[in-house]
Amino acid sequence: MAAVDDLRFEEFGDAAASLAANPDTTTISIEDPGDTPKHQPGPPGGSGREEDDELLGNDDSDKTELLAGQKKSSPFWTFEYYQTFFDVDTYQVFDRIKGSLLPVPGKNFVRLYVRSNPDLYGPFWICATLVFAIAISGNLSNFLIHLGEKTYHYVPEFRKVSIAATVVYAYAWLVPLALWGFLMWRNSKVMNIVSYSFLEIVCVYGYSLFIYIPTAILWIIPQKAVRWILVMIALGVSGSVLAMTFWPAVREDNRRIALATIVTIVLLHMLLSVGCLTGPELTSMPTFLYFIHGMPTTVGCQAVPCPHPRSEPVNPGLPRSGTCELNCCSTGQPMKQFLSLPTFLMHQRWTISQHPQLLQTKQLQQPS
Amino acid sequence: MAEAAESPGDPGTASPRPLFAGLSDISISQDIPVEGEITIPMRSRIREFDSSTLNESVQNTIMRDLKAVGKKFMHVLYPRKSNTLLRDWDLWGPLILCVTLALMLQRGSVDSEKDGGPQFAEVFVIVWFGAVTITLNSKLLGGNISFFQSLCVLGYCILPLTVAMLVCRLVLLAEPGPINFMVRFFVVIVMFAWSIIASTAFLADSQPPNRKALAVYPVFLFYFVISWMILTFTP
Repeated sequence: MAAVDDLRFEEFGDAAASLAANPDTTTISIEDPGDTPKHQPGPPGGSGREEDDELLGNDDSDKTELLAGQKKSSPFWTFEYYQTFFDVDTYQVFDRIKGSLLPVPGKNFVRLYVRSNPDLYGPFWICATLVFAIAISGNLSNFLIHLGEKTYHYVPEFRKVSIAATVVYAYAWLVPLALWGFLMWRNSKVMNIVSYSFLEIVCVYGYSLFIYIPTAILWIIPQKAVRWILVMIALGVSGSVLAMTFWPAVREDNRRIALATIVTIVLLHMLLSVGCLTGPELTSMPTFLYFIHGMPTTVGCQAVPCPHPRSEPVNPGLPRSGTCELNCCSTGQPMKQFLSLPTFLMHQRWTISQHPQLLQTKQLQQPS
Repeated sequence: MAEAAESPGDPGTASPRPLFAGLSDISISQDIPVEGEITIPMRSRIREFDSSTLNESVQNTIMRDLKAVGKKFMHVLYPRKSNTLLRDWDLWGPLILCVTLALMLQRGSVDSEKDGGPQFAEVFVIVWFGAVTITLNSKLLGGNISFFQSLCVLGYCILPLTVAMLVCRLVLLAEPGPINFMVRFFVVIVMFAWSIIASTAFLADSQPPNRKALAVYPVFLFYFVISWMILTFTP
């Protein structure tokens, strides 16, 4: 029966095009030519929507309803609902990664790669890889800087993994949430042609973080100039992907609001990149000094002045670089304190008068 | 009736009581008890496993489980495409391996509060939550492997890395230096590759063919992180 129907030429505008496009369509004709008597099965695997009320809508709403229904047909408490977010093949993931690495001015990442099928695989695993890349490269660069020193005791700072994980995942989920809320609010005021769903925004942000993975790995190179060039390149690439994606969404708005939105997006991205890439070093002091002064320093540890002036230092030996292990006094209060950044900077000086045992070790080390 | 009721419940006793043995002890007033051997003369061994595992000795039970775990270790060390790991999954092996690895990766408590190395809980959490995440990922991508089968495979394939940890600890007893590091690096790399090969041999078939790489990459990341923790371990 399908073969006979395929050969019959019918006069309905949209229907003929859809018939030509989809030769598997089985058609049933009804007397009334005004309605669309098309009885289209959905795309393969779709739900069998063959109720009578489907015949009454026009073709566009039919198709969009079919496609939308096919996507989210399961309630959110079933496993199949979440499987729809992982409905990507290997080549699709590679294409999306390539699209995030090579932003072309005319093309919109979402429209080109993601439009029909936002996935959560890419964002989640790119963020996970980024977390471990940051932690590992932070540890490695720390280690390489102190390679020749005999007193250096390497510690793999495992706390960095948890901090990095929190920061990266919070950025990858909360910023898209805020942006989506903001765009929805603007959409209610100004009619925009292009609007993105929350998952598409998460997808864009996730894939745009991919460039930071090689950047974090190359961050091991201890030259300051190389590092800043890498940061600039990474920021440029991913910032432009984001800017080009969101420009069409805010273009119709008030000029200043549109510009402010784009600038905020890029600014947040810059904060993330600087924070993540320099963070693992900032939290370990000797490399912080290196970073600031630009020269290798053999000063092991910067001590905070002992708040217990009448007690004696517990650790009279040579301080070990890499970890601040001076216990200031017999009360056991550790001297190293993680202060807020300005006080942290202010306290980075030896207070030798309070630690007579360290006086003789002073000439072994260069003052910073 | 008394004899017939007793003999099925007691497989340990070999000799059945003679017929009418206790009859003389019973004071019969009027009833003549209808007695006889109701049980089948040859005890059938077919249904033994249902009731007898409860009554076997503890050593038998433990040895049976240990043998199953050992058999799976052999399957991991010589990975072939066999179904043993998948069919009879168990989580004893992964638990033993994970606890061993976490104990070995733990440092002494001397400088533990200044140390940034992973503690027991961190290693444990990484291994188990990592395995759960990978399993969820492969199921969401459409793989047809069950949850516990996948956990079982991922846990058992930590065995090469546990062996690497043992070797590293032994090598670290020698004097430190670049040769020391190179030996450890080489051992960890080889065991890491072995883990990946073993786990993909078991897991790859259950994925749809156009998504195999997507399902294997998280496994790679998982074993890479564990290898990193092993390689950077310093006592």
